[in-house]
Amino acid sequence: MTPSAERDGGGEPLLAARAVTKRFGGLTALSEVSLTVQVGEIVGLIGPNGAGKTTLFNCFTGLYHPSAGTVHLEGRPLAGLKPHAVAALGLARTFQNIRLFANMSVLENVMVGRHVRTRAGVLGAVLRGPRTRAEERSIRERSLDLLDRVGLGGRADQLARHLPYGDQRRLEIARALATEPKLLALDEPAAGMNHTETAALKGLLETIRERGVTLLLIEHDVRLMMDLCDRVAVLDYGRKIADGPPEQVQRDPAVIEAYLGAGAA
Amino acid sequence: MIGLLPDRLYRDRRIAWAAFGVLAVLLIALPFLVEAGLGRTWVRILDFAMLYVMLALGLNIVVGFAGLLDLGYVAFYAVGAYFYAILASPQFGLHLPFWVLLPMGAGIACLFGVLLGAPTLRLRGDYLAIVTLGFGEIIRIFLNNLNAPVNVTNGPQGINMIDPVRLGGHALTRPIELFGVQISGPHAHYYLFLGLTLLVIFAAIRLQHSRIGRAWAAIREDEVAAEAMGIHTRNVKLLAFAMGATFGGLGGGLFAAFQGFVSPESFTLMESIMILCMVVLGGMGHIPGVILGAVLLTMLPEALRYVGPLQQELIGRVAVDPADLRMLLFGVALVLVMLFRPQGLWPSPVRARELHPDNPDQVRQEQESLYDAER
Repeated sequence: MTPSAERDGGGEPLLAARAVTKRFGGLTALSEVSLTVQVGEIVGLIGPNGAGKTTLFNCFTGLYHPSAGTVHLEGRPLAGLKPHAVAALGLARTFQNIRLFANMSVLENVMVGRHVRTRAGVLGAVLRGPRTRAEERSIRERSLDLLDRVGLGGRADQLARHLPYGDQRRLEIARALATEPKLLALDEPAAGMNHTETAALKGLLETIRERGVTLLLIEHDVRLMMDLCDRVAVLDYGRKIADGPPEQVQRDPAVIEAYLGAGAA
Repeated sequence: MIGLLPDRLYRDRRIAWAAFGVLAVLLIALPFLVEAGLGRTWVRILDFAMLYVMLALGLNIVVGFAGLLDLGYVAFYAVGAYFYAILASPQFGLHLPFWVLLPMGAGIACLFGVLLGAPTLRLRGDYLAIVTLGFGEIIRIFLNNLNAPVNVTNGPQGINMIDPVRLGGHALTRPIELFGVQISGPHAHYYLFLGLTLLVIFAAIRLQHSRIGRAWAAIREDEVAAEAMGIHTRNVKLLAFAMGATFGGLGGGLFAAFQGFVSPESFTLMESIMILCMVVLGGMGHIPGVILGAVLLTMLPEALRYVGPLQQELIGRVAVDPADLRMLLFGVALVLVMLFRPQGLWPSPVRARELHPDNPDQVRQEQESLYDAER
């Protein structure tokens, strides 16, 4: 496949999950879920609490290993890969319960994200030759640039734990972007945000997409999902019950039943 | 206003250089001042203080930077010490040069760090502490028993008559006259240790503010997030272990050459705990704090030796054996520090805030949530 075909979104999908099943003892959290994400898309993943959305994310990012089924990123299998290797391949994520490096500065949090794309080792660190210095400078510049993009430029020196909630979510996005992902997986990025913050987040996610990063997000804010996503997949009890354009999914009887109970449809 | 800025910067820089100069003169004059004031014994204690600064800074990489609790750190110290002792003493009649053995010993200790780390670093927190504690004891017991069937370590008797450090054919234990100044063995060792300590401090600072240092801090803060951000956590943790062990091995080689004698008794669990205390008491992860902790905890037990003569003076007899009282007072001092300065004597600004929130809003919030729970 040529790079241009990739950019057009045709051909091989960026992420392809086939019949992913995840069992915890007797509990089947995911049951043969298939999902594809094309290059340049924004795909939403919705479903009632406990439907298995985060479990699916964890299966993609190497935190869990699926009991059955396969996950491919750009045609490369992710089976058995540890999270750091998945990040190196270009899949970065944020966490539902924010997991920042609380006692590091905002800037340092983003700089950690550059780790996977830089190489200075112990010797480089101690001797700090011209190459290491140049690398450090570029890490710092890129991180500051990313902070500006998510609107945290003025808070670079604060501790991550002292940021307001919404800013912490945006810092997690900046940190994930620092790893230069091809696919950015966001677990409830708008949780706990007010309307203004959510609107700003929507703008941010759109600019991220414009810069060539494909997005996969879990979110409960239905309006945000309908406005933002090209495609929405719905999970219920570990099964995918719908997948398609937002308007179509919204009208799907199975989806309405999952959310409102039998008889509502 | 704009004109003022460079001027102030310039002045600040001059002040910094002046402070640096004063500190340098002080460090050079220190052994002579100490000898004049307290006697030669204290110059030796000063040497040990330098040695412990190196060890504490090594352990600080593991505990303070990467957040891995290592209770067997002394094993690496032992490896470095015995490596030098075996290859530069009458034990096997080998007398390899100090400057070759010292880096090799550090390298061997580094290797041991990797060997211990590889299988154990998948454990976290308490479990890692227990395993490292076991490793420390294994090494000591090995050294204690490795006198049969082939006598390698000379068992509990230890290895004696270890070659001293040699600088250009001159043994550092002998006094030497330089520029009309008499420099004794402890003085010469002080300068050697000071130089190496400065190197270790330099390396530790550079490591902390590097890509690797940030990865260590990230692992300390949240290992799952660090891994998800592309940090190969196992390797990076292994690196922390290896670096800490290297510093430990370096200290061990110096110890063996300085002391001229090593035995397993020098490498007990108590020693590991002592070095850990230096790190925690001084201020975990904060290099100046760790240095302070190491110097204080080397000096304090020695200073407490004077409680014997003091009793004699005050009540006419020695009522409590100073050796007993020493550990008691030492323990009390530790408990007091942990009660009143849990973040260490000289914590990094971040950690100070963490345990002593200076932000009144935050304090109020925390208190309110406490009251909620009570209701």
